[in-house]
Amino acid sequence: MQLFRQNKTILLKTVIHCLCLSICSYMYWMAIGDNLGSDPVKEIIHFTGMSTLNVLLLTLLVSPTAKLLKQPWLMQVRRLLGLYAFFFALLHVLNFLFFELQFDFSLFVDEIIDRPYITLGMAAFVIITLLAITSLNSIKRRMGKSWQTLHNYVYLLVLLVCIHFYWSVKSDITEPVIYFLLLFMLLYHRKTKFKRWLKR
Amino acid sequence: MLIRVPKQSTLSENNVTDEAVYRERRSVLKQLGYVGASSLLASTVPLSFAAQAKSTTFQTRPLDFSTSNRASITEKLTPESKVISHNNFYEFGAQKHEPVENAQNFQVNPWQLTISGEVEKPFTLDYEQLFNQYNLEERIYRLRCVEAWSMVIPWLGFQLSEVIKQAKPTSKAKFVAFETLHDPDQMPGQKNRFLGGGIKYPYVEGLRIDEAMNPLSILSVGLYGKTLPAQNGAPIRLVVPWKYGFKSIKSIVSIKLVERMPPTTWNILAPQEYGFYANVNPEVDHPRWSQASERRLTSGGLFSRNRIKTQMFNGYAEEVADMYKGMNLRKNY
Ligand code: HEM
Repeated sequence: MQLFRQNKTILLKTVIHCLCLSICSYMYWMAIGDNLGSDPVKEIIHFTGMSTLNVLLLTLLVSPTAKLLKQPWLMQVRRLLGLYAFFFALLHVLNFLFFELQFDFSLFVDEIIDRPYITLGMAAFVIITLLAITSLNSIKRRMGKSWQTLHNYVYLLVLLVCIHFYWSVKSDITEPVIYFLLLFMLLYHRKTKFKRWLKR
Repeated sequence: MLIRVPKQSTLSENNVTDEAVYRERRSVLKQLGYVGASSLLASTVPLSFAAQAKSTTFQTRPLDFSTSNRASITEKLTPESKVISHNNFYEFGAQKHEPVENAQNFQVNPWQLTISGEVEKPFTLDYEQLFNQYNLEERIYRLRCVEAWSMVIPWLGFQLSEVIKQAKPTSKAKFVAFETLHDPDQMPGQKNRFLGGGIKYPYVEGLRIDEAMNPLSILSVGLYGKTLPAQNGAPIRLVVPWKYGFKSIKSIVSIKLVERMPPTTWNILAPQEYGFYANVNPEVDHPRWSQASERRLTSGGLFSRNRIKTQMFNGYAEEVADMYKGMNLRKNY
């Protein structure tokens, strides 16, 4: 039984690796060869941004799903998903700097200061980076209780990302609004947790 | 006035094979089901090929034109495949890959373009007259989008001034108001606000009369030697190369000379962001985009170093700066 449980986890993790890496390589392959629409730079920034957000939401779905299906082993893939969200976020920011701004560092700093949606994006990126670094077991152990406190910032992170998305679009806000609704549903599901925080 | 005759090579080297290869690759990938798979992660991946394949394509035909090339430039052209698949034409969808997918069944013949308002001789041009009343000239212009990307496009058309002169404007004609076709049955973005990006239709634009009479302002009926594809604003559109792209209104049905500054679509939607003049100006940022530089879309993938400095009036200062002497361009953005 123990063996079967381990295998299930390994299988699911393998599937996650394969999906994320193959889709990602495919998109970069297309973009590098100029086969990703007329503006591969924009496409790849959008692709990595959307992927971060989608994988983040999946990460937040893990624990409700595990509870609902009574499959506690699912929790073991949560960290991997979170790290993939960070992986895509890192690509997103680097792509913005490398391909959109083409290493114009002063413009990069100006953009972070001048464009509210990028300021928020940067705040979100700082949070997700901290979460990724502290996901290492050794650090996690050393942090004790403060680890959970820090990782509760994931909710703020998703909220910032949704606003970043909402502010980045020009006029058609349908998609960001859908994401706000998804976020709201996820938060609503955890309402008892938030009530507990408020009481403290 | 800058008059340069570009080498024929700049025109021909670029695109025929490019486009064929492009389509072929996309069809292979479609068969592999890859395009669908990648949208699992990101729903904004362009699916243009899939949609393009199933609908009939909008017919274009070659046009006769002269290559007098007044004010044409010799910078590297944007490949035709990109010019016709990366469009802001919200009537056919708010994302740049949507117009090419949704505009293929657009009927442009018959067409009526009326020139009216403060004129002595109002008149109407029908579809054929758009192509045979005026001498068609090729003009290779930069197109600078407010979103900080740009292209170089060989337009075919004639000067807007010819049309206006023919109507004999009265002394009250101070501005020119343009209007796009309003036909929700044909233009899905006008029917469905989710597709149409929530802007108010019909799309309207305007110019000051001196801007409209400037020799650089053209009405375009074609590009790359052929009539305009639907997604580029068939059958007739405005091209004012020293202004951000949204001023160059597409699929025009009405040109009206008026006394007061007419309303313009993006200004109605977000007056703090889009002004009436919308002259390309690297010193005045849009709240969303720095306008100091731009990415020039030509061929080349992710690694092409295509960020260039934006020029005042998009490089047409010599021809147009006089019109704005003494004007505060920061206030009149
Ligand atoms: C955790 C961090 C972040 C996440 C999850 C994220 C997510 C997103 C999403 C979902 C979009 C919308 C994509 C679309 O419209 O299809 C977007 C757009 C964008 N983001 Fe981020 N972002 C993050 C951080 C950043 C940072 C730090 C920067 C820059 C320093 C940045 C720059 C951009 C830019 C330039 C766009 C495109 C705007 C346009 O359409 O022109 N993002 N991001």
